[in-house]
Amino acid sequence: MSSDFKELRLDNVTRRFAHADGRTMAALDGLTLTIPRGEFVALLGPSGCGKSTALNCIAGLLPLSDGAIWLDDTRLDTRPPEARGFGMVFQNYALFPHMTVRRNIAFGLKMRGVSAAEQAARVEAAVKLVQLQGHEDKLPGQLSGGQQQRVAIARAIVVEPPLVLMDEPLSNLDAKLRLEMRAEIRRIHRNLGRSTIYVTHDQDEALSLADRIVVMKDGSVRQVAPPADVYAQPADLDVARFMGYRNELAGTLHDATGVVRTGSLTFNGTSKGKLATGAPVRIALRPDDLVVGDGPNAFAATVDGIEYGGRESLVDVVTADGARLHVRTPVAVRIGESVRVSVPPTRTLIYAA
Amino acid sequence: MTPTGHAGADRTPWLVAPAALFMLLFFVYPFLYGLWLSFAPKEGGMLANYAKFFSDTRLWPTIFTTLKLALPATLINVGIALPIAYRMRIKTKRQKWITTALVVPITLGTVLVAEGMLTYFGPRGWLAQVLQFLHLYDGPIRLTHNFWGVLISLVISGFPFAFLLLLSYVTGIDPVLGRAAATLGAGPWAQFRNVYLPLLIPGIAMCFCLAFVQAYSVFPSAVLLGAPAGPTRVISIAAYEAAFEQYDYSLASAIAMMMGLVQLVIVAAVLGIRRLVYRGPVTGGKG
Ligand SMILES: Nc1ncnc2c1ncn2[C@@H]1O[C@H](COP(=O)(O)OP(=O)(O)OP(=O)(O)O)[C@@H](O)[C@H]1O
Ligand SMILES: [Mg+2]
Repeated sequence: MSSDFKELRLDNVTRRFAHADGRTMAALDGLTLTIPRGEFVALLGPSGCGKSTALNCIAGLLPLSDGAIWLDDTRLDTRPPEARGFGMVFQNYALFPHMTVRRNIAFGLKMRGVSAAEQAARVEAAVKLVQLQGHEDKLPGQLSGGQQQRVAIARAIVVEPPLVLMDEPLSNLDAKLRLEMRAEIRRIHRNLGRSTIYVTHDQDEALSLADRIVVMKDGSVRQVAPPADVYAQPADLDVARFMGYRNELAGTLHDATGVVRTGSLTFNGTSKGKLATGAPVRIALRPDDLVVGDGPNAFAATVDGIEYGGRESLVDVVTADGARLHVRTPVAVRIGESVRVSVPPTRTLIYAA
Repeated sequence: MTPTGHAGADRTPWLVAPAALFMLLFFVYPFLYGLWLSFAPKEGGMLANYAKFFSDTRLWPTIFTTLKLALPATLINVGIALPIAYRMRIKTKRQKWITTALVVPITLGTVLVAEGMLTYFGPRGWLAQVLQFLHLYDGPIRLTHNFWGVLISLVISGFPFAFLLLLSYVTGIDPVLGRAAATLGAGPWAQFRNVYLPLLIPGIAMCFCLAFVQAYSVFPSAVLLGAPAGPTRVISIAAYEAAFEQYDYSLASAIAMMMGLVQLVIVAAVLGIRRLVYRGPVTGGKG
């Protein structure tokens, strides 16, 4: 595959599975996406939403039920994986246990018929890139989890594929190593200047790594947007829930400008999508956006629980109507204390119920 | 780690005690008794039986007669079982049926197989009749009561065994390794050659050893389908004759010991070669 491609196009990529009872179900339903060269895209979604299915379809490990995959003007989805030339980092690394680190990394080059001298030079460069100097002659079984993971990354990128696919590559590392590897993956992506598709169910990982996030649920795409938008302006209630909008209040839209009545409370908020006056709606609030103290949309509440968390604590408050809300706040409060809680209208998101 | 955490409270010896006792009673004792018996001949010195074995032209050539049957049979069995087991590594309904069909001969037993072969492969058997009817081959068919009869029988009865053993080794290899190789540009043959085959070598060696030992001790089919007086006078026939026709249990024991020794030499050689290649986990996950 040419490495100076312009873009990868996924056109209505669909994969259906037949279930035991004879019904077919779409594990991936109409994924359409154009990835320009150099972009880092994260597929984000809860377990079972079809992320791995999407990755396997792109890599050629699963045939498509519908749709097409194009690299510029070349149609790829009819080709076997070995002819697509995408690099893939498997969730469990899938290193060849009988080959040394060096031979694992060189495998793709060997398959492409690269000369021995060039193989050695490129493997050395890749080893340096993932900082594994001195481990070249070990077998995978003699490496730590983080080292194995870096071998897997080196093996996938050494052939300089137009597209690198990564399936939750950090899911089994400890918190510290995960942060280090995150930075490393980002750096490698920049150095290569190719495209990366990164599968994760960890929103922090997606937010910190990606140029663009694809949020999925039940096999379909719910939102495609840069991290800041997915974080601050979720397209629908499911995306909001997944992005950490843990508080929800049911109410009715009182005024199309964004006034919601819920129980005895009234909120000024921001409507997401077209909503008619009088329609049943739900307000989604992120714990970080709620403020203990007076301000816009202020209401009275009683502190019911405190989870200490260092600089900030996660505080449970109960409103006069009995609704329970989570608030992240640096303000020290006591259980049973009556407090005022407020939230800016721009951070009060209104969705159709 | 024991849950109680007592160092030295290892009860493993007690767990293996019944098995050890069983081995002692039914394997070690008969073996030692046979070994002793082979050194206590009816007449002559301690080594008289072995001297007789290596000087009697009705005895020592049986080592090679048997090897000539057992080695090709083992090679054929392992050689055919390997590609089929490799193809069957992905479980589907169809392949489950094929697997079952391939394994059926194991349940039949050598004697039944021999009987079937006599009617099928015999000079007036179905095979001969079909070939003649189709005018494909009109000459005489000699596939029973000779070397070929025994070889075919060894393949029929030994194949399912080799196949099942190899299938368990093949399916033990994480299929994600093959997929990883594919994303790196390896086609089907390169995947087999570079990933599966090296990981299978220990299993193939083990399978070869077990299949060989089984084939080397061939007896019923050598009698029923072979020419037990000549070309298929295998080593176990020689031992049988010594024991039950000449009533020389001591000589029979010596022949049995020679049989065991040949098996041991071949097994040791194969396992020795195996030591030269990779032995370790066959999955690509985190260790
Ligand atoms: N071979 C298969 N046969 C039938 N259904 C399948 C198959 N593979 C996946 N599925 C179904 O497709 C859906 C999506 O699976 P997929 O593995 O893509 O999820 P995922 O988003 O990667 O989840 P996770 O985060 O847990 O890895 C699931 O509901 C799963 O049950
Ligand atoms: Mg997955």
